[in-house]
Order: sequence, then structure tokens, then C-alpha cells
Amino acid sequence: MMDLIIKNGRVIDPSNDRDEIADLYVVDARISAQPPAGECETIDARNLVVAPGLIDIHVHLREPGQSHKETFETGSQAAAAGGFSSIVCMPNTDPPADNPSTITWITDRARASASVNIFPSGAITKGLNGEEMAPIGSMVQAGIVAITDDGHCVQNHEVMRRAVEYARMFDLAVLDHCEDYNMVGHGVMHEGYWSTVLGLAGWPRTAEEIIVARNILLADLCETRIHCQHLSSGGSVRLLRDARARGIPVTGELSPHHIALTDEFLSSFDTNYKMNPPLRAPQDVVTLIEGVTDGTVTLLGSDHAPHAPFEKEVEFDRAPFGIAGLETELGLFLTILVHRTKAIDLNRLITLYTVNPATLLRLPKGTLGIGADADITIIDPDLEWTFRRDKSFSRSRNTPFDGWELKGRAVRTIVAGKTVWKT
Amino acid sequence: MAEPKPTKDLPQTPNWHRKDLLGIRELEIGEIEMILDTAAAFKTVGARDIKKVPALRGKTMVNFFAEPSTRTRTSFELAAFRLSADVVNISATTSSLQKGETLKDTALNLQALHADIIVLRHSSAGAPKFLADRLNSSIINAGDGAHEHPTQALLDVFTIREHLGKIEGLKVAIVGDILFSRVARSNIWALKKLGAKVTLVGPSTLVPRSFEEMGVTVARHIDDILESADVINLLRIQHERQRKEYFPNLNEYIRFFGLTKARGAKLKPSCLIMHPGPINRGVEIDSDIADGLQSVILAQVTNGLAVRMAVLYLCSTAARKVR
Repeated sequence: MMDLIIKNGRVIDPSNDRDEIADLYVVDARISAQPPAGECETIDARNLVVAPGLIDIHVHLREPGQSHKETFETGSQAAAAGGFSSIVCMPNTDPPADNPSTITWITDRARASASVNIFPSGAITKGLNGEEMAPIGSMVQAGIVAITDDGHCVQNHEVMRRAVEYARMFDLAVLDHCEDYNMVGHGVMHEGYWSTVLGLAGWPRTAEEIIVARNILLADLCETRIHCQHLSSGGSVRLLRDARARGIPVTGELSPHHIALTDEFLSSFDTNYKMNPPLRAPQDVVTLIEGVTDGTVTLLGSDHAPHAPFEKEVEFDRAPFGIAGLETELGLFLTILVHRTKAIDLNRLITLYTVNPATLLRLPKGTLGIGADADITIIDPDLEWTFRRDKSFSRSRNTPFDGWELKGRAVRTIVAGKTVWKT
Repeated sequence: MAEPKPTKDLPQTPNWHRKDLLGIRELEIGEIEMILDTAAAFKTVGARDIKKVPALRGKTMVNFFAEPSTRTRTSFELAAFRLSADVVNISATTSSLQKGETLKDTALNLQALHADIIVLRHSSAGAPKFLADRLNSSIINAGDGAHEHPTQALLDVFTIREHLGKIEGLKVAIVGDILFSRVARSNIWALKKLGAKVTLVGPSTLVPRSFEEMGVTVARHIDDILESADVINLLRIQHERQRKEYFPNLNEYIRFFGLTKARGAKLKPSCLIMHPGPINRGVEIDSDIADGLQSVILAQVTNGLAVRMAVLYLCSTAARKVR
């Protein structure tokens, strides 16, 4: 592998409070203070941003068992094209990643076929059934970086409390998909005006907020990090804001579709607008964005959830939840948060994608400090481009953003000094 | 094949452009009126000794009922017969949906068999739109989940107009399980567009406040609307297992929302009593009231035929224009 000089870029490395025009050196796959001594590749980054490799902590890669939707190979290529050098894969596979053998299989398989770093998460409960604790410690030894029943939600508060308490022993964050099953029932979309009009069963905000509130109480009780995934409700932001002000170790995550779209889009009955939690009302979008601005929402994630066309192309209430998101998330967040609403600046956006996930999950990533792994994302924050799903690297095509005009994207993704993708 | 020659009494409808009827929400007022006027013309056909016109001769209609129905399916079938169309009935239990075939594949097969019109009843909201987005055939929504049941609403407003001469300014109460009712939604759109004042009545769990955003009033108690209503449309109330959390039992429902004899006595003599059927005698409606002079429940059934003839005729004519 060749050493690198990345010249004249705007180096933004929030982990070192760095934001300056500078050259960045990569020697032996690590960030170096000194330029390479011998032969090297030079990358001109004039007018571009040079950032630590971005991290998406919420990705469904579908292996093992659902490789017709996605594989480590295709999913990691989509991640690279989206600007991500590290991703965390969710355990709701078939079989679920609820034991050390499956975790080892994932790690080995990812190493053999993936073009970016893949960090596995393990299930909280066996079979993701919310009843019996999974062998969390053994999975930690096998390499998990978090536990979550994502796609599912532990309903029994006692089971959740003990799992959270147990996770503390390993300094492990618990990631939670916040959904009260009884309140959601067969709900497939936000409960509100549009569910009333369309006659589709409602999934009320309260069903998310009630679990966010539960997680706040448990994080406080167990003094353990609980991370609330893909927030959809403005009420969840208000709960987290209050809890964080009191010093409780809870965090919240935002997925781009929850601010790019609202429930009105479902009037098309297009299943590419069906996700869990659902698209909500315009006032939720406003509060979610405020939450990013005021520091309540500190992580961003795609909830990349690929499904095959034949699975999505069915009656609305029978279609699976979820959309592909790795290749559009950075463009959407740059467009909406940085350019359109100016909710945050570019530096802050990079913090949310690097320092914050690395801190939450204790990953040795998200920094351009000397000696760090040379994971680098080069971003053109002003590049205007159009997303075409038929050009996607993902094995699936279930995205509502086909044809969207976006401003800003990654133009090169480097993992351990090697360019894994460039425009 | 030669175009069937319209007989001189077939309505001329140059301004109808929809090949599909998916719901009332997207219809213009003029389109609703055109259906009603066309239905009025067809109603005379049903009263004749020879109940057939050649309007859809040579056309194939598939009556695709993926959810049980007697009245609506029969009504569409008879409507098609009276227009001289060929009709095939498919139900969920006799179709390959049972074998795991997707709706899309079933529909593509029907199209490959040159079905001109597909009448779809389906438990999933949006299923008719799903077909309409993919097929050239005319798609007629015969009820999709809790979304819409457009021909029911059309026959309801047809019946009101026939009996009271107008829709505009009338006070119409819809009583019962509104939340899960496609009939209620389609009626709200049709009545609002035609200028009626709509009040919804039912347990607060089954009449959520979100309906007010559709431009209707929500009443807490049936007694609040008895004296002023020009029309009361009673919906079938179900108390199956999945509804248990919405109200405690049928007795309590009747106590607050049943149209009992005592309540019936408070109605204006001109007030119409309607029900889309099938009725539960003694639950949402007292048996004598269902059979009484103010009841137009059977007129609704008769009018349903004329309205469905009009819809089949208009949409298949538009489909011909599109092709």
C-alpha cells in the first residue's frame, strides 16, 4: 500500500479541535506527523474537506441469512460510497447475532469481504425475543461494540434493567429501538391526520416516548449509557434534553429520513416511505432539528435497512419496514442541516459522525490524531449532485430518495490508507 | 372488434377522464355529480322488464374479492351483467393468493387474461392504488382496509339526493365505529364536497379527534344530534376480539350510541335512516326502526346497482379513451 500526501485540504478533526488548511500525511496506514520518505500518492484536496473517516453506528447488513437483501460486500461498498469508513451492523439477522459464534463468523466474513471496517453489535436478549439475556460477556470477547435488540425492543422493563446493569461491567453501550409493542399494535405509520385519511393503522409518538422515558430512568438507575436509536418524535427530544441536563448518560440518534420526509408522503402508498419508527408530522421535524442544534441529539445514523424489491412491492401494510440509506445520508444531512436550515455547521456535523460515535462505543476511530488508523473521508460540501438508485452499490433499491438533488457528498473514502471509493 | 354502439338512452360523458375509481378524496365535485347523474339515468334500466344495455358488451370484468363480501360483490356483478359485460369472480380462498402468490403477480395474470375492469376488495388500504399504478385495466375500489369504499359513499349520497332533493346544507350524522370504517371516510369526503355538514358520533376511542381535521364535527353523544339531523348513517358496530380495548361491551355501546326506539322518536319525521349493512338488529339500530318508514336501507341497496353501473360505464369508457 502506498503512503499518501493529502494536500491543501481543509482538515477538520474535531477530536483534536483542528480546523485548518493543511496537508495530511499517511505513512504505513497511519496518520503521520512527517511526510512519507519514499514514493507516495499525492491527493489534491484543494477546496475539499479532509475529515476522519465517518462512522455510521446503525446499519443492517443482513448477513447471516438474508444475503438476498445485502451482504458485507455490497453493504460495505455502499458505505464507502456514502463516505463511511466504519459501520456498526445490527444483530437482527437470521440467525440473530446473539452468541459469540455468530459474532466471530460476522467478524471473519466481514474481514474477508468488506471494504470498510465493520463492527458488530450483539443482541441484548437471546433470539431478540426480549426474555432471556444473551451471553453478552462472551460476545464482548468475540468483538461486539454494543448490545441492541434493534428491530425489536425489550418490553419487559426488568429484563432491560438487568441487561443494562450487566452491560456496565463491560463499559458497553446499550442501543435501543424505542417502541412499545402494545401501543403500536399493527401500526404502520404515524398516528395523525394522514393515518386518519389513509385508513392505515397508527403508530403513535407516545409509543416511542414512553420507551425513551423508560430508558432515561434505567440509564439513571444503572449509571450506564443507553442510546436511543432513530428518534422520530419531537417529544423524545424534549425528554432527552431534560435528562441530559440532569447528567443522565442517555443519547439520541437522528436518521435523515425523519427530517427529510413527513407522513404526508405516505398518501402515495409507496412502501419506500414505510419505516419504523415512522415518518412523522412537520412539527416533529422542527423539534428534531432543534435537538441537533442544541446538542440534545448527538449522533447520526442511517438505519440502512435494505429489502429486496419483491419484498417491498406488496400491499402497504404487508411490506417490511425500512429503507436503504448509506449512500444518501451524508448528502441529506449536509443539504438539510448545514445548507438549508443552517442548524449546525460542517464542523459540528463531522463531530456527530466521528467523535461522538467513537466516544459512545469506545471505538479507536473518528480521529486524525498522529498514529491513528488512516481512515479518512474527503468531502466536497458544496457539490451539487443527484442520487440515482440504479447506480447504488447496495444490493437493494428501497429508497425514497431516487432523483433527489443534494448538496454535498463524500468524494473519496480511505480505509487504513487505502482508497476504497472515490467519485 | 367494433365499438359497441351506445343506445340512444346511454348517458354521454365527454368530461370523464378517470380509468380508475380509487377513492372519493381525489374526485372533483363535478365528477361526483357526473356519477350521480349517470346513475340516475341507469336506474331506469333496472326498473325495465329487460334489464340490460349493451354498453360494456365484449368487456371482461373481474370481481376480485380478497376479503369476504356478499352485498358489494353481488351488486358489482349484477351491475356488470346489466351492462352486458362478462364477469369472473375471484375470492381470496379460491385464488392463488392462498398459495402465496403476491397481489402484484395475481394482478399481472389478470391483465394477461385481458381483464378490462378489475373490481378489488382488499383488507389492505392502498391495494387498489397498488394495482392502478401497475396495470392498464380499470381498477375499481370496492373497499380497501379502512381507507375508502367509494361506491358505497356514492350510493349513499345518491340515496340522500333522491329522497331529500339535495345534499348541500344537510346535517348528516355518521354513527359508530368511525376509526376502522372505510364507509365513514368515503362518506365524509363525498358529503363535505357536496356541501353537507357532517357530524361523527361514537365512542371517543373509535372517533379520534384527528377526524376533525377532515372538516367534520365530533359529537360526544348521540342525543346531541337526534333533533337536528337530516340524515343518520349508522355503521355496523363490531365487538370482536381485536376491538375489546375500544369499548367495554355492546350493552354499554347501545346505552350511549344505539338508535333505540326512544331515540328514534326524537328524530325529525323527515330524517333519513341509513345503514351500509349488514345490520345488527338491536345493536346499532332498533329492529323496528330498521324496518320503519324513515329507513332507506333497502333503497340504498337498489341504488347501489345504478351507481355501480355508472362507475363501471364511466371508467371503462375513459379507459378506452386512454388507450
